[in-house]
Amino acid sequence: MIIFGVALLSICMLIGVIVGDALGGLMGVEANVGGVGVSMLLLVLAVDYLKKKNKLQVKSEEGIAFWGGIYIPIVVAMSAQQNVVAALDGGGMALLAGVVVVVVGFLSIPFISRIGEKAKVKEQEIELSILPKEQIK
Amino acid sequence: MMNMIKEGLENNGLITAFAIIGIVMYIAYFLSDKLTKGRVHGSAIAIMFGLILAYIGGVNTGGEKGISDIQLFSGIGLMGGGMLRDFAIIATAFGANFSEVKKTGISGITALFFGVFYSFVIGVIIALCFGYRDPVALTTIGGGAVTYIVGPVSGTAIGASSDIIALSIAVGLIKSISVMILTPVFAKKIKLNNPRTAMIYGGVIGTTSGVAAGLAATDVKLVPYGAMTATFYTGLGCLLVPSILFLLTEIIF
Repeated sequence: MIIFGVALLSICMLIGVIVGDALGGLMGVEANVGGVGVSMLLLVLAVDYLKKKNKLQVKSEEGIAFWGGIYIPIVVAMSAQQNVVAALDGGGMALLAGVVVVVVGFLSIPFISRIGEKAKVKEQEIELSILPKEQIK
Repeated sequence: MMNMIKEGLENNGLITAFAIIGIVMYIAYFLSDKLTKGRVHGSAIAIMFGLILAYIGGVNTGGEKGISDIQLFSGIGLMGGGMLRDFAIIATAFGANFSEVKKTGISGITALFFGVFYSFVIGVIIALCFGYRDPVALTTIGGGAVTYIVGPVSGTAIGASSDIIALSIAVGLIKSISVMILTPVFAKKIKLNNPRTAMIYGGVIGTTSGVAAGLAATDVKLVPYGAMTATFYTGLGCLLVPSILFLLTEIIF
């Protein structure tokens, strides 16, 4: 039944959010740390497990797939409630800082992914390596 | 008569939101197809409409919640609020495959730390160019360049004045909005077409709403991977900025 998929999704989210709040509390930080990430891992593991035991009928999967499909409209609704006026009020500095940090970020992505690549090759060579040296520099 | 319609829409806020957003999506996908032959993604145009609506809402009501400050559209606040946003992001993980996540592990973590650090540094540099010297102001604006949550959280933690905190939110908002708009533009250039790059992108750029909307406007299948790293970004920023990075700024300035 569809509600089984939605319930599984809800349980994973609730657990993740609670864990994220606890992590935030432990670190003395007001933000929820990684709650959504934990929930996603839980969902992926739960679905993998149920599929192996073929307990996850197609109807239940549709419950999850629906919410995945409604994601973009929710993002559009989210962008419709951003405080765009305050953003533009921030004036020249906010505009410059906001855009520059994004452009630099985009340009740095290819380098970061190359670091990852080299590290992996090194790891295969050295059996028990911790974090390869060139990443610490 | 008008009053009755208005009341009907307001009493069923969330349903009104589903209808309105559905219409906005329809128009956006229609324009994407007719005007740009699909080159500009329909959801990118829809997100642009969302931002325009937010501006209209903000101008009319002077509120902080964009279009949802207008009573008729308050349901959009619920539909696009944190709860349903997270619920839907998690649901997109249903399509993600776990081995991809494990394979990218190390570079995802490297991206996260790099992402928080470089954003902070750029925020501080630009604040300096605009004449800010006080370490508290520099750190708060630097935090704003990380995300529009890290800015105010660090600002309040280190006792920044409210206008500096508002400025840090503005920086974070502009970052998030420009990520939403620029991601599809840069996607080809940075080969944002596979789970691995999406996770690194999520770690470097990090603002959850920006990453989620940017990937949704580029390739929906990548959303869970980017969101996976991005969800740790704000927490990491809230941890590093008011502590280590603030001390560093104080020593230097």
